[in-house]
Amino acid sequence: MTPLLDVRSLTKTYGSRTGCADVSFTLYPGEVMGIVGESGSGKSTLLNCLAGHLEPDRGAVLFDTRADGPRDTLRMSEPERRMLGRTDWAFVHQNPRDGLRMRISAGGNVGERLMAVGARHYGEIREAAEDWLDRVEISTNRIDDRPAAFSGGMQQRLQIARNLVTGPRLVFMDEPTGGLDVSVQARLLDLLRGLVRRMGLSAIVVTHDLAVVRLLADRLMVMKDGYVVETGLTDQVLDDPQHGYTQLLVSSVLQV
Amino acid sequence: MTDYNFAYLDEQTKRMIRRALLKGVAIPGYQVPFASREMPMPYGWGTGGVQVSAACLTPDDRFKVIDQGADDTTNAVSIRKFFEKTAGVAVTEKTSEATVIQTRHRIPETVLSEEQILVYQVPIPEPLRFLEPKETETRKMHALEEYGLMHVKLYEDIARHGEIATAYAYPVKVEERYVMDPSPIPKFDNPKLESAALQLFGAGREQRIYAVPPYTRVVSLDFDDHPFDPSKADHPCALCGAEDSYLDEVIVDDTGRRMFVCSDTDFCAGRREDAA
Repeated sequence: MTPLLDVRSLTKTYGSRTGCADVSFTLYPGEVMGIVGESGSGKSTLLNCLAGHLEPDRGAVLFDTRADGPRDTLRMSEPERRMLGRTDWAFVHQNPRDGLRMRISAGGNVGERLMAVGARHYGEIREAAEDWLDRVEISTNRIDDRPAAFSGGMQQRLQIARNLVTGPRLVFMDEPTGGLDVSVQARLLDLLRGLVRRMGLSAIVVTHDLAVVRLLADRLMVMKDGYVVETGLTDQVLDDPQHGYTQLLVSSVLQV
Repeated sequence: MTDYNFAYLDEQTKRMIRRALLKGVAIPGYQVPFASREMPMPYGWGTGGVQVSAACLTPDDRFKVIDQGADDTTNAVSIRKFFEKTAGVAVTEKTSEATVIQTRHRIPETVLSEEQILVYQVPIPEPLRFLEPKETETRKMHALEEYGLMHVKLYEDIARHGEIATAYAYPVKVEERYVMDPSPIPKFDNPKLESAALQLFGAGREQRIYAVPPYTRVVSLDFDDHPFDPSKADHPCALCGAEDSYLDEVIVDDTGRRMFVCSDTDFCAGRREDAA
């Protein structure tokens, strides 16, 4: 089976400081990979390198494209990479304001990716938008409201709808539940888990919240100071942490 | 007259502008940067158009200026006088007699010929400006032909107003490549962008020049189920009776009475002369 994403010794430095160093892993179709670690451990740098937002110094990111099989996205031309970015890839930002157009209605936000790949029929775009708002549990009579009128949790769900509308195969998520209260987090996670399972999505989820990866991720990567210190099945890593830092991380979770 | 170089600008500047114009003509709809000069008028009064006109004018030209279709408004009168004084060219109000026409917000009703140049004053040349604030990003979008965002604007119009409510500066695609802001002309004028005349666009403050060469294909963007509609007020002109020209609504007294008259004063006057 061809991996969907094959990352080989990805390294990114900011001058003399390390962003992430020598990261390698493979992601298979339908699999969800969690990346955890403390602030500054290089999680977001890694994710941005994978998604093409940052240019790594060394390494390769092979993505199994629909047309030509595995290709190194770092060596693709920019138009090709941007095309991937709005078709087969999706990026869910921690702050929905980064991922949404705040001055454009919810329907327009969901429709943007469709129009970006050539949809030119208003009725069909609107239908798709309604369908997706429904799937992320936003009432369809809010379709013409701007995201600014939405609560934080709704904004995040709208961002997810906007990203998934073109049927991507790989979703990058940067702290998707950050800044939300726990009950909203729970609903969002439930929704995400359902969507990922039903659509057979692969996802890479960066978070510092171990509960999120426990629920969503099949496999786990623990990062510290730019290096991957431990990898494995999520339950295995969380229940029987080997590395000292992972042990600290697991034992630091508050029990209520 | 001898106090100024012909048409105000020095020859090197005109040369620089002509180079930008040539590039603009070679790549229809592409915004060419140019080193816009300070002109003796405020930004927003047509500094871009004036520089393009200055670079195009020859002593044999006959010059016409319109502002919202009218020859006798402040902007039109002052620019016309400016070139009468600095270039000594002949001027006219007759569209058919002019060789260079500088315009703000209208295309003349009279069909233009291959001998004519139409110069537009452009306030904001970037059609994507209010959708994507980063200039680096909009340039990339033009380069990679990523124009989905333009349709998001039209989508918003329909979602909010039930139809494409953009009535002026209606975005067009030039020769199936660049999306272009046709300057704030009413969308009624958009079909006239496919013309026999050379059309040049100058944005002084934004330092951009672009062009639509004669007979270039210019398509107004729309949706399959909401096609482009070059609408106008549903009245005949109260002065000349024309039913196919773009109309201004004029309030005539304080009890709310109004009349609709042609915005193109030369076209309207010509029709009334013919009728008399």
